[in-house]
Amino acid sequence: MKAPVLGIETAATPHPLRRVMRHRIFWPLATLGLLLLFNLATNPHFFAVTVRDGHLYGSLVDILNRASPLMIIAMGLTLVIATHGIDISVGAVVAISAAVAATLIGGELVLSGAHVPRFPLPVVVLAALAVATLFGMWNGLLVSFVGMQPIVATLILLVAGRGVAQLITSGQIITIYYSPYFFIGNGFVLGIPFSLFIAAAVLAVLVFLARRTALGLFIEAIGLNPVAARFTGVRASSITFWVYAVCGLCAGIAGLIVSSNVKSADGNNAGLLLELDAILAVVLGGTSLSGGRFTLLGSVVGALIIQTLTTTIYSVGVPPEVTLVVKALVVFVVSILQSDRIRNRIAALGQIGEAAP
Amino acid sequence: MNDLNAAASAPARAQAPAATLALPARARFRVDARLLPLAVTLALFVLMFGAGSLLFDGFFSLQVFLNLFVDNAFLAITAIGMTFVILSGGIDLSVGSMIALTTMLSATLLDRHGVSPAFVIALALLLGASFGFVQGLVIQTFKIQPFIVTLAGMFLARGLCYLISIDSIAITDPFYTKVSAVRFPLPFDTSISLNVFIALAVLAAAVYLAHYTRFGRTVYAIGGSEQSALLMGLPVARTKVLIYTLSGFCSALAGIAFTFYMLSGYGLHAMGMEMDAIAAVVVGGTLLTGGSGYVVGTLFGVLIFGTIQTLIMFQGSLSSWWTKIVIGLLTLVFCLFQKAFERGSARRTASR
Repeated sequence: MKAPVLGIETAATPHPLRRVMRHRIFWPLATLGLLLLFNLATNPHFFAVTVRDGHLYGSLVDILNRASPLMIIAMGLTLVIATHGIDISVGAVVAISAAVAATLIGGELVLSGAHVPRFPLPVVVLAALAVATLFGMWNGLLVSFVGMQPIVATLILLVAGRGVAQLITSGQIITIYYSPYFFIGNGFVLGIPFSLFIAAAVLAVLVFLARRTALGLFIEAIGLNPVAARFTGVRASSITFWVYAVCGLCAGIAGLIVSSNVKSADGNNAGLLLELDAILAVVLGGTSLSGGRFTLLGSVVGALIIQTLTTTIYSVGVPPEVTLVVKALVVFVVSILQSDRIRNRIAALGQIGEAAP
Repeated sequence: MNDLNAAASAPARAQAPAATLALPARARFRVDARLLPLAVTLALFVLMFGAGSLLFDGFFSLQVFLNLFVDNAFLAITAIGMTFVILSGGIDLSVGSMIALTTMLSATLLDRHGVSPAFVIALALLLGASFGFVQGLVIQTFKIQPFIVTLAGMFLARGLCYLISIDSIAITDPFYTKVSAVRFPLPFDTSISLNVFIALAVLAAAVYLAHYTRFGRTVYAIGGSEQSALLMGLPVARTKVLIYTLSGFCSALAGIAFTFYMLSGYGLHAMGMEMDAIAAVVVGGTLLTGGSGYVVGTLFGVLIFGTIQTLIMFQGSLSSWWTKIVIGLLTLVFCLFQKAFERGSARRTASR
C-alpha cells in the first residue's frame, strides 16, 4: 500500500487552456471514430446511408436517432456535474415525464376513426415538461437552499420517483395509440429524425447560454470553488438551483422522446439505469466529475459513443447483456485515466507526445 | 462523497473543527445529541408498529414482528456493511448487483456443475470480499469518488450475472432447499429462519467492530475528517480499502441469505437494493456525510423499512409502489432532520 497523498485534491486544470481543449474534444472523438471503424471492419455496409420513403436510413442514422434522448440528458447533467454536483434521478424523471404524457393522452384504443387524446398535444407536452422541470427544481431546492449533498438529494427522487411514475400510471404500462404523438420520437423532417432536431435545439440553447453569456463561467466558478464564487458575487445558490431545474427539463424532453419511440409509458422500466449511461456519457465526453470546466459537445459525443458501443455489441452478435460489462470496464478505465495520479503521468509524457496526434 | 457536497455544505464543514473542539466541555450534551437520531429512529419504529397494531387486526403479534427479520435479513446484512462505508463518508452502489451475482453464481455452480454447497458459499464470500477489495483499492489508489467506482462495480456485477445466464436458475440442491425450509421454533407458536441468525451474528460482529476495535474508531475518524485522521497517523488508506472489502463481503453474505430465501439465481434479483440499503442506513440515523451513527440504528432502519412494507400489505388496497414513495419521503425527512441537527450543533458551538 502506498502512502496516502497529503493535501486537498485540485481540480484537473493545471494544463494550459489549449492542451485541455485539445484533450477534451480529441479523445472522445477518437474513441467514437475507432468504434465506427471497428464497425466498418465487421460490416462493410455500416456507413451506407440510403433514402427510403424519403427518409434517411442506415446504421449511422439509427445510432443518432437512438442516442438523442441520452444526448439531451447528458447535456443537462453536464451542467449539474460542472457545478460539482450530480443528478442520479434523471432516469426516474424520464419515467415521470413519460407517465404524465401517456396519462394525459389516455390509453384507450379506438378501433374506428382517429384517436382523440384527452388533452391537445401541446398541453400534453407542456404539462410533461413542466412536471419534469418541477422535479428538477425540487432537486435544486434540496441541493442549493437546504444544502443537502447532491447525491443524497437526487437519490431520494431516484427512489421515490419510480413510485410517483407508477402512481401516475396506476402501476400499468400505458400504451399510446395517438399517432401524432409518435412524431416526437419517430418522425422525420427533411429526411432526418425529428428527435435529432430536438437534441440540436437543446444543444444550441445550452451552448448559447453557457458560452455567449457569463452563465457558463459562473457555473464553472461554482464547480471549482463555491465559496470563492459566492465571494466574487456569483449568486451560487440560485444558479445551482436553475441548473438542476434545467437538468430536470432535459430529462423531461428525453422522457417524451422515449415514450413516443416505444409508444408506451412504463413507470417501472422507462429510463431504467439511464442515469448511469448519462453519467458515463458526460465522463466520456471529457467533463471531469470533480466539477469546473465542462463541454456540452463532448457529452453529446459521449452519448454517441455509448449508443455506438451498444449497437456494435448487438451487431457483433454478443449477447446484449454484455454491454453492461463493457460499460463497467469503460467507466473504470476512463475514471482511472481522469484521476490526478495518472493525469500527472500523462502530462509528463505529453511533452514528448505533443506532436504525435 | 465528501467531494460531492462541497457546493452545498462548505460553510458547514468550515465550522466542523470548532464543533469538535467544544466536545470535552459539553460532553454530556454532546452524547445526548448524538444519540438523538437513534432515539428518533427507535421512536418512529415503535410508532409505526403501534399504529399498525391499532389499525389492523392481527398486526400486533410476535410472528409479524419476527417476520420483519425473516423477510429483511439480507437487507439488514447488506445495510450493516453499507453503514461502515457511509460512516467513513463513502458510498457503495454495487451491493445490490453483488447480491444478484452471488445468487447467480451459487445457482449455476450448484445446479449446473454439482459443486458442493460448502465450497460454493466459501467461493461466493471470497468473491464478494475481493470485489470490494478491488473497488476499495481503486478508490484509494486513484482518489476517484467512491460513487463512480462502485457505479462501475454495479454495472460489472450485473453484467457478469447475465454472462452466466440471462434466465432465472432454480436451485434444487438438497442442502439449500433444506436450509431454506428450516424454521427454528420460538415460544408462542412462532418461528424464524436461519437467515435471521446470520443477520444477528453479522450485527453482533459489526457492533463489536465499530465500537470496540481500532478499525472501527478509524472508520469514524475518517468520516469525521479524513485530513485529520491522516494527520493523526491513522492507517487511512488500509482502513478505506478494508471498509469496501467488508461491504463486499457483507453483500456476498446477504446474497447467500437471499439465495436461501428465494432458492433461485437471477440477474434481476435485488434490483435497486443498494438504494434500500442506503435508505435504511440514513433512516437508522447515520449521517451521510460520515463520522456519526450507529450500527444498531441501521437495524432499526431496516425494521422501519419492513414495517412500511407490512403496513402496506395489511392495508391491502395500497399498491406496492407506495413503499418507494414512503421510503423516499422518509429518507428526505431524515436528511432534513440531519441538516437541522448539524446546524443546531453548529449554532450551539457558535453561541458559546
